[in-house]
Amino acid sequence: MGYEYQNLFTRVQVRGPAYSGVPVARADEPRGGQVSFSHLLGQIGDAQVGPIYLGWLGLMSLICGFVAVEIIGLNMWASVNWDPVQFIRQLPWLALEPPAPHWGLRLPPLQEGGWWLMAGFFLTLSVLLWWLRVYQRSRQLGLGTHTPWAFAAAIWLYLVLGFIRPLLMGSWGEAVPFGIFPHLDWTAAFSIRYGNLFYNPFHALSIVFLYGSTLLFAMHGATILAAGRFGSEREVEQVIDRGTAHERCAIFWRWTMGFNATFESIHRWAWWFAVLCPLTGGIGILLTGTVVDNWYLWAIKHGYAPAYPAVWPHVADPGLMTGAAR
Amino acid sequence: MNGFGRNFVLGVSSSIAVLVVLAIVLTTFERPPVESVQRGFRGTGMELVYNPRTVAADLAAVRLPEVLDPADNDGPRASEIYENVKVLGNLSNAQFLRLMQAMTEWVSPEGSVENGGCNYCHNPENLAADDRYTKVVARRMLQMVHEINGKWQTHVGETGVTCYTCHRGQPVPAAVWSTTPAQGRSTGLLESSTGQNLAAPSVGLTSLPYDAFTPFLLQDHEIRVITRPDAPAVNRSSIKQTEWTYGLMVHFSEALGVNCTYCHNSRAFFDWDESSPPRATAWHGIRMLRDVNGNYIEPLRNVMPPERHGPLGDALKANCATCHRGAFKPLYGAPLLRDYPELREVRENAAQ
Repeated sequence: MGYEYQNLFTRVQVRGPAYSGVPVARADEPRGGQVSFSHLLGQIGDAQVGPIYLGWLGLMSLICGFVAVEIIGLNMWASVNWDPVQFIRQLPWLALEPPAPHWGLRLPPLQEGGWWLMAGFFLTLSVLLWWLRVYQRSRQLGLGTHTPWAFAAAIWLYLVLGFIRPLLMGSWGEAVPFGIFPHLDWTAAFSIRYGNLFYNPFHALSIVFLYGSTLLFAMHGATILAAGRFGSEREVEQVIDRGTAHERCAIFWRWTMGFNATFESIHRWAWWFAVLCPLTGGIGILLTGTVVDNWYLWAIKHGYAPAYPAVWPHVADPGLMTGAAR
Repeated sequence: MNGFGRNFVLGVSSSIAVLVVLAIVLTTFERPPVESVQRGFRGTGMELVYNPRTVAADLAAVRLPEVLDPADNDGPRASEIYENVKVLGNLSNAQFLRLMQAMTEWVSPEGSVENGGCNYCHNPENLAADDRYTKVVARRMLQMVHEINGKWQTHVGETGVTCYTCHRGQPVPAAVWSTTPAQGRSTGLLESSTGQNLAAPSVGLTSLPYDAFTPFLLQDHEIRVITRPDAPAVNRSSIKQTEWTYGLMVHFSEALGVNCTYCHNSRAFFDWDESSPPRATAWHGIRMLRDVNGNYIEPLRNVMPPERHGPLGDALKANCATCHRGAFKPLYGAPLLRDYPELREVRENAAQ
């Protein structure tokens, strides 16, 4: 085993006495839950489980989330006539749909989409309360607020899809159903209706940041793991010394591509790529149907959708021909 | 946990993971080879995907009926020989009997169909009587075949159709549809049926609306949802409406054994300038089915007995799959009508 225990990425688990962490602020609730140790969890992270700080924000968030899941789940179950077998079998297909377009932004009866509004309300409340909780915990520990702001980027996309864009379009029916396959079919239908999201530049930006995030994560993860034998996880004590894991990582990338991020800036790269993915995606969704009704035609107008040579005799629209059956 | 326990847990969980992956691969993947046929300009992804094994099996499964010897057109007309001949009166006796025999083989052959043979439609005591509903239906279907071959050449071309194109030796074609009742819902305050979000075979096991036939192939609801450059006014089509159109298109794809790019360039589904000629054929097919379902089949609902009705009491109607049965052309384009010129001689209210 040698020095393997000195590396955090190791099969050896060094287990000290349970540690609850720094004291919580006087205004906060006490931490709850038993402290225990798990060998399996220790293989992928810290072996100590708990205590957890729930607080009233966490509690309210969980309750609201539970209410939303119950509304969605019970309506799904009713859609297969309360048949438990079909509920499990068809679960990926089942959904709670938003109100039909003719309701506009009015409040429909429960069975006509009211449940969808209510589930959306409680889910949004749950997510926002959880955001406040993340913010408070960050502050309480004296941390920066990078985590809540990154979470807020995801909430932005969620709110655009389910609330802000439907408001601008004047119809709850434009929002996403709650369901596994149904929300995927909705996504395809959304792209088809608005003339192919492929030509939406903000969609393209969002994908750049999505794939860019995975690339950056792979580069960073690989770099730190590769230098693990030199103690790369102990960044702070290394940055000013020669021959350390830090310097080797830096030199590796400078030799490979002429430029290297620093131990600090690589995390800014990753944070911004991750956060810009839903931010730009949300802008793209928000513009769809409100500002641009057909992204393909928009791309033609702005000269970046290529034209291809015709390979068939021209097909005329039969619907425009006089005398054709309608 | 000791070393043995840890290895046991890891072994069991990885075995389960392997089994799950294996089950997914075996049940959803198709054994190669897979051949793609380019249809559009290179780089546009307009291609059809075929597996030669399934194509060979599909071709081998095609059963064409034996063609009866041609009949001459001499002698008195059927309307002069027989009573109550309303639509085939212009045929000679030989032609008339030949068509009767062929229809029996196409729709209700003796042996394979219960009560099959002539008496499936005719009362043996009085062949001219209209007391069997099947005879009334058959007469209307002859008029329908005439309409399809005459008015809807934009869809069926010179190939045309006979009874066999849909019936294939069965009194009711294998692929028919009727309006789907609201599925499974409970009453009361719970969400009422939205007509979608079930694992429905009619839309290729997607969660799309499962009865795209009633609004589009019986009624004439608007199928087009995408904003076109020549759009006269603000396009108010919704995403939900798009899902209904999408469901219909999935049915086309399933019924013809092709993918979207058989007709469309998927980068601009609406654009006729980038579409292939079969799209126009399909456009006329939609109108043909509205004619067939609305003017011929559905009006027969009261003639048909309850066992020939759908759950809501409507007639069993036609969609793309009724004739196509998974092939881009029914029976891979076999020219059935060519051998039966009698079917072109259907006349309404012919002289008695």
